Amino acid sequence: MQNTSGEVSGVPGPGGGPGPDRGPDRGVGPGRGGASGPSDAGVRSGPGGGVSGTTGEVPGTSGASAGATASAALAVIGAGPAGLAAAVTAADHGLDVVLLDASAAPGGQYYRSPAPGLGAARPEALHHGWAAFAGLTARLDRHRATGRVRHLAEHQVWAVERTGDDWALHSLTGAGGQGRATVRARRLLLATGSHERQLPFPGWTLPGVVGAAGAQAMLKSGLVLPGRRVVVAGSGPLLQAVAASLTLAGADVPALVEASGYAAYARAPHVLAANPGKLAEGARHGLALARSGVRVLSHRAVTAVHGTRRVEGVTVSRVDRDWRPVPGSDRRIDCDALAVGHGLVPQIELATTLGCATRRCADGTHALLLDRRLRTTVPGIWAAGEPGGIGGVQLAFAEGELAALSVIDDGGGTAPGVDRRRVTALRLARRRMRAFAEVMGAAHRPGRGWSGWTADDTEVCRCEEVTAGQVRTALDDLGAGDARTVKLLTRAGMGWCQGRMCGFAVGELARCHGAGEEAAGPGRRPLACPVPLSALAEAAPGDRT
Amino acid sequence: MTAERSPVKRSRARTPAELVGAVPEPEFEFTFDGRTIPALPGQSIAAALWAASVLAWRTTRVNGRPRGAFCGIGSCFDCLATVNGRPNQRACLLPAGPGDTVTTQEGDGHAEHLG
Repeated sequence: MQNTSGEVSGVPGPGGGPGPDRGPDRGVGPGRGGASGPSDAGVRSGPGGGVSGTTGEVPGTSGASAGATASAALAVIGAGPAGLAAAVTAADHGLDVVLLDASAAPGGQYYRSPAPGLGAARPEALHHGWAAFAGLTARLDRHRATGRVRHLAEHQVWAVERTGDDWALHSLTGAGGQGRATVRARRLLLATGSHERQLPFPGWTLPGVVGAAGAQAMLKSGLVLPGRRVVVAGSGPLLQAVAASLTLAGADVPALVEASGYAAYARAPHVLAANPGKLAEGARHGLALARSGVRVLSHRAVTAVHGTRRVEGVTVSRVDRDWRPVPGSDRRIDCDALAVGHGLVPQIELATTLGCATRRCADGTHALLLDRRLRTTVPGIWAAGEPGGIGGVQLAFAEGELAALSVIDDGGGTAPGVDRRRVTALRLARRRMRAFAEVMGAAHRPGRGWSGWTADDTEVCRCEEVTAGQVRTALDDLGAGDARTVKLLTRAGMGWCQGRMCGFAVGELARCHGAGEEAAGPGRRPLACPVPLSALAEAAPGDRT
Repeated sequence: MTAERSPVKRSRARTPAELVGAVPEPEFEFTFDGRTIPALPGQSIAAALWAASVLAWRTTRVNGRPRGAFCGIGSCFDCLATVNGRPNQRACLLPAGPGDTVTTQEGDGHAEHLG
């Protein structure tokens, strides 16, 4: 292992050259092989004295300053709204920060924007709150220029471990994940965002069925649509944004199919009154949808997809309060794509592996247990944004800033003082928005009857092609008493995605069959993403000192 | 003349590119199962395939069913493709490159390497 200063160590892949595993005609350059582009740190001396780094695929940049102090003050994982706010706030207060992110450009999934080569003159046309994002990226650029923040783009962190007083963050680097890098930091701030929650139904593996957030992401980054006539379905306020974006971009959206309704919000009038911005947002989306001719169908669900090689239409059924389909209520809508999703799930793998405690949110997902200073239950680890529970972009901004100020407080007075009034204001804003998030989560939580959508041959686990019938057999006939045993008996959740797509569904199916609440705990995954064995071998403890 | 100014009107765009006022750098080509696919600089392989109305570029290991991009953010691994001979590449994340050879990935993508 080519070790540099111990602070950031980069190793070229096997073979020693840049991108050895890439095909013969695959060049290595910015945006292609993850080599040092403008968003990469490269080697740079920071204010902390000899902060330096290499991304692992850049020949000739491994010469980190000798005798470097080996560790950034703070590592922020994730450059979405929460991570950006945290990184620039910490840097404003003098901390030396390393910001790691899997994407080539900052913004996370929310502010995914077209690649520079696409020449988008108005990327903000696909976004709300673009000015806030532009302000954060401008601050990030200034801190990068001084070396206060090292932004390590295309760094997918697959594991974090405690090494002495430091955290060691192991990453795969480059667009194809061929490079390796290890970064050390004294404190850790997790802003890892979320992914979409899916519930299975007949035909949902057919090409043309895409995640609602997935369609949004592909549109924002690649300027493409999955089809011309796209039904949007599932549950949660994200669907409104997705339907609005798709129509703006030229798609015909015949219907937005929502399994819950919006009446549930009315049960918490004080929470609504405290969040006028959320009401305005809902009204804006409603207006945009009405203007585009999108029919909003509440208490209905897509219960089947039709087509042989790709989507040709969907069946929409009325569902009762528990999301059980109402017999005889089916009707067909022709379309060539379906964008579907049932809310978002916090990405907390790195935290749970490190022992951080979790809580069950109103929407049924597991999120990190955080105190008012946004500390996890493990000393030295903070979190902000969706890992603490799904709450949206404004909450992510507030929590990112608040978490950074909490880290500064923890730092022991080396940095300029924290504005107490700002902290108080952020805490109030956070409490208000978290209250709204709970109302939202409860309103759109999948009803127990959704499994009535599945047939025995409906695939639940997309990776391992495990059907609902196999899951039920494991529960009814083979003695599985919880989701974990179902997984062992059927391989559901053991494939590439490690249960990210099917974990919730399998847990709920198990619960429907009498498994306890505890059985549906957060998925435990020692690695946050698939990792080549060679990367594990290179990171083995005996190889590092 | 008024027609010339129509882009500033906030009426519904017909394409995503029109919506964001995209003036892309010159397009290039790659091949998918021998077919020529145009791509714009920075587009992922999945995005370029979607733009060409291709939604599937993998068949599953157990039942041989077609799959393509689903989650769009690198979480679900449904979009795995063989790119320049390397199997299991996430097409929704990997930028397309001029002259890339993308082929439908069958099963776990390793059969051709074992044969």
